[in-house]
Amino acid sequence: MGEGYAVEIEDLYFKYEGSEEPALSEVNLKIRSGEYVLITGPSGSGKSTLCRALNGLIPHFYKGEMRGEVRVFGMSVKESPTYELAKYVGMVFQEPENQLFLSNVERELAFGLENLGLPKDVIKRKVKWALKAFRLEDLRDKAPYELSGGQQQKVAIASVLVMEPKILVLDEPTSNLDPLSASEIISLVHKVNKDLGLTVILVEHRLELALRYADRLILMKDGKIVSSGDPRMLMISGEPKKLGVGVPKVVEAYIKLRRRGMELPRVPLSSEELAEGVKEAIYSPCNRL
Amino acid sequence: MQPAIVVKDLYFRYEEGDYVLKGVNLTVQEGEVVALMGSNGAGKTTLIKHFNGLLKPVKGSVKVKGLDTKERSVAELSKIVGLVFQNPDHQLFAETVEEELAFALRNFGYPEEVVRQRVEWALTLMDLRKYRSRSPLSLSGGERKRVAIASVLCYDPEIIVFDEPTIGQDYYQKQKIAQLLKMLSKQGKTVIVVTHDVEFVAENFNRVAVMANGQIIADGDVEEVLTDPKVIKEADLRPPQITECAWLLGDLGVPKRIVRVEELVEEVARLGGLSEDKGF
Repeated sequence: MGEGYAVEIEDLYFKYEGSEEPALSEVNLKIRSGEYVLITGPSGSGKSTLCRALNGLIPHFYKGEMRGEVRVFGMSVKESPTYELAKYVGMVFQEPENQLFLSNVERELAFGLENLGLPKDVIKRKVKWALKAFRLEDLRDKAPYELSGGQQQKVAIASVLVMEPKILVLDEPTSNLDPLSASEIISLVHKVNKDLGLTVILVEHRLELALRYADRLILMKDGKIVSSGDPRMLMISGEPKKLGVGVPKVVEAYIKLRRRGMELPRVPLSSEELAEGVKEAIYSPCNRL
Repeated sequence: MQPAIVVKDLYFRYEEGDYVLKGVNLTVQEGEVVALMGSNGAGKTTLIKHFNGLLKPVKGSVKVKGLDTKERSVAELSKIVGLVFQNPDHQLFAETVEEELAFALRNFGYPEEVVRQRVEWALTLMDLRKYRSRSPLSLSGGERKRVAIASVLCYDPEIIVFDEPTIGQDYYQKQKIAQLLKMLSKQGKTVIVVTHDVEFVAENFNRVAVMANGQIIADGDVEEVLTDPKVIKEADLRPPQITECAWLLGDLGVPKRIVRVEELVEEVARLGGLSEDKGF
């Protein structure tokens, strides 16, 4: 069994009950412990279904036909109960409203821990850590509906991370947020990956925000993984265009400059990287003929 | 020609609360396509709810095709102004997608034949044919959003207002919404789009109005407004990626008023002394 792999998926096939087409087929994927993987692709390409297969929602909650194998830290998802998997895999969804249901933030953070039957002082300590780590101290007594969308999503992420999972799976966590809140959430996810060493699997359409932090990019279409590799290389491969996935404006600029004969030192994933690249290219001797 | 919408010194507050709109002035000509941006709580949604009379001015006035909204009913104004809300769930209620689209048309008293034609047209336009018999509630967020758009388009209002149409949409659907805006513009419709999506605005709009704190703080060409650091800061926006990059290259002499990829590439090519686009 793969030592060091957080996720191993072999020949996964899944068809929802009552549907004619499989949502996933021929999916093979290995994710190392501590890796930050970004998954993107058009709507209906199977991204959410893949997420659901990682914490056992598939096949234990969503009924259907499943073939192949999904292992999380060596445990077969099919054969493990969801409460056992929940210790390893934390999930965050698009709508934080659907995930938050208690009267205030502090109680929300404590809820999962109380369910595990942990002693009171341990719960208190962990909740205190989460409030501090995610800068939620000022919001501790607020009800979820009093919070902005960005704050709600932050609480949802904190309430998952307080359980100390080893893998954090986020399914389009920013799609209902304004750009500033979205970039805050993406930075937070990056910090979690770097500082806590968590394996991160992030499903996102907003590549301009998330791409720069990812170790690997996975492109999906029609229930299959079409490409998987270095985000910078994949962005200029022509594959995104073929799949109907948009590339960030800075990547477009890179491609256009290359056509004009200016090779930047690397594919930029942010405006800072593009500006740096341009400066380097202009000042490098080989561009001064 | 009569402007489509004229907002004059509009003040509004809910009950006895603080004013949410504090002296808004805005004129939209017939056939214009305008983006309306601004931070959360700036008053964008409150403003657009005045366009079909859902809210009435506390002070000042709103005129839609010359009609004072204070003197007209929502039913009357809704025929002229179609509002597509941000959250489709606040709008959808019928048992099937088809029924949803037909509802307003039947309400306006169109003959059944016209209802059928218009529903077919809108289903096709918004890529919804295969969902016609499904319950809107069983669809994904992005799909429900498209149903909400279709249900407004199908009764063919002259002025269409979209609240955050690109939220939750993938790249392909975003492109389709951009095409839809172009099509509506060609048909001579007046279109107002509330959005946070600065790249979407940079790519698809000429005019943008920006709100902050219940007022319009900037209104003009996209190139001018979205490249003004003061406006960007005051409205809690982020500049387009390309603009941000142009600012970072300012010390090399790249102008700060750039929003489009092609313009930046031209400037950089000029700096690097590159030749014309080989265009292969």
